[in-house]
Amino acid sequence: MRPVWKENPSPGYQAIKAVILGGFALVIVVPILVVISTSLASDKDIIDAGGYVLWPSHPTLKAYQTLFSGGLMGRAIMVSVFVTLVGTAIALAVTIALAYATSRPVLFGRPVLLMVLFTLLFAPGIIPMFLVVKQLGLLDSLWSLILPGALGAFNFVVLRTFFMNVPGELLESARIDGASDFTILRQIIMPLSKAVIAVVGLFYAVGFWNAFFNALLYLNDTSKWPVQVILRTYVLQGKSLSADQLGVEPLPQPQSLQMAVVVVALVPIAMVYPFLQRHFTKGVITGAVKG
Amino acid sequence: MLKRTASKKQVSSGLPLAAKWRRDWQMVLLMIPGVLFLLAFFYLPVLGNVVAFQDFQPYLGIMHSEWNGFTNFISLYDNPDFWDALRNTLLLAGVQLLLFFPVPIGLALIVDSLVSNRLRRWFQTIAYLPHFLSWVLVVTLFQQSLGGAGFINNLLRQAGLDPIPFMTNPDTFPLLVVAQLIWKDAGWAMIIFLAALTTVDVSLYEAAAADGAGRWRRMWHITLPSLRTVIVLLLILRIGDILSVGFEQFILQRDSVGPGAAEVLDTFTYYAGVVGGDWSSGAAAGLAKGVVGALLLWGANSLAHRLGEPGIFQRRS
Repeated sequence: MRPVWKENPSPGYQAIKAVILGGFALVIVVPILVVISTSLASDKDIIDAGGYVLWPSHPTLKAYQTLFSGGLMGRAIMVSVFVTLVGTAIALAVTIALAYATSRPVLFGRPVLLMVLFTLLFAPGIIPMFLVVKQLGLLDSLWSLILPGALGAFNFVVLRTFFMNVPGELLESARIDGASDFTILRQIIMPLSKAVIAVVGLFYAVGFWNAFFNALLYLNDTSKWPVQVILRTYVLQGKSLSADQLGVEPLPQPQSLQMAVVVVALVPIAMVYPFLQRHFTKGVITGAVKG
Repeated sequence: MLKRTASKKQVSSGLPLAAKWRRDWQMVLLMIPGVLFLLAFFYLPVLGNVVAFQDFQPYLGIMHSEWNGFTNFISLYDNPDFWDALRNTLLLAGVQLLLFFPVPIGLALIVDSLVSNRLRRWFQTIAYLPHFLSWVLVVTLFQQSLGGAGFINNLLRQAGLDPIPFMTNPDTFPLLVVAQLIWKDAGWAMIIFLAALTTVDVSLYEAAAADGAGRWRRMWHITLPSLRTVIVLLLILRIGDILSVGFEQFILQRDSVGPGAAEVLDTFTYYAGVVGGDWSSGAAAGLAKGVVGALLLWGANSLAHRLGEPGIFQRRS
């Protein structure tokens, strides 16, 4: 693939590269591993190690059992899962429909396209956004996390670019066979763009799962807090998880409990991501180049 | 390409509106939900910015609050906190531009020159991951690693050394912030440079190598110039975004470092408006930021055009 003369691997250069890239990768991986290990460690491990554990010698799921045994964290996970699933579904539906409709020369296509592209230029600002969400009666409702994020201009551009590259002849012949635009979208366009739709879906899902600021802004009701807000309140700010909030009595070593919260926020992403990773480049490039 | 423009011409010419409607009504129907979302969550809030020109009272609402012209902007001008926030924003943006921007380019050059494809894929998989983690998670991981009770300081203490206040020192805060940004996004930002590198014409390298150009000359005269368009594009985007240094990252750390170092325009807007109840000042700061950002983006883009680069908004015909 790569021409030999471009790089004559000399041991010196290879070593320098290995050190730089290896170092960068380690700095990413080690903190994540330490957090996972500590969440699985027993109290004794943590005390022996003085706080953090690189490898738990007596692995236990106690922290997770405490976490999931009800109360705040259980609800937070439900909230985050709900917002992520419903949000991604709505966002994909809206974005795919709009991207397909503007990807062909049709009535109103042009002005609508410009309407979307303008949103790339200018952000409306926090205060007016808050006022609108309040006016629409969405404060303290989970819809305040879902609806404002349902159309991302970048994701729109990625999909639209991809749809535009579907050959027109294919759609023409389908139309001659009597297919409506709805049928074409469902039976031709969407199956052809599965990979890109998956990547855009991941982008949306990550956005919804990670939503922190919107939750802080729009939700006062602690029972509606998603995982990220719990993470901030009880781990980053170190407020204590009292027994009644968790709905259980004796707490395990707080360190492992806190790290378990971190892992809960982390794991879903780490699980989906490897499956979609090979499609990233394509999605990102189509979006960036045509944006 | 030619074909598409031709068909577009046919569409815009000829057909009467009724016929177009008969042909396109399903497509128009598909646009409706998206347009509604745009109106509700973009254009309506943009209009809502009028509260920046009002003495806005939540219980009166936009329709009944008093107009007060530019008073909010003038009081903003006299507010030292606003200037502190602006100064911090520009300082942090400068540090980001200087220290963050080159990192993904460097990483991409190294990764691109790796001989082993397998190593390359491994590294990419690891390097992209942090982009998908939330800021809360990133700041938490940093706190667990570098914080006062974090594991680096634990090691220092066990070795009998004094702990270092990485996470709470306002003087080194810009460096901490850039370190977090690099950790989170440098690997991800590398994607676009890697993609640009795959499009470089291999025969250029062949010719240069035949002329006796060494490794470094080839990089300087072939690789870097072929990245130029992308680099300019990303610089423009960064300049247009210079007043948004990142919101969550700062709101999460404002308590531990103090507003003196961590207050940026976005957090100022939030604390003045939502927390402090001074909606109009908050909106004025937000609007000023939005307008200046859009102007900067437009200015940087026309500058790029003048320098003969394609930039972001090409004239599409």
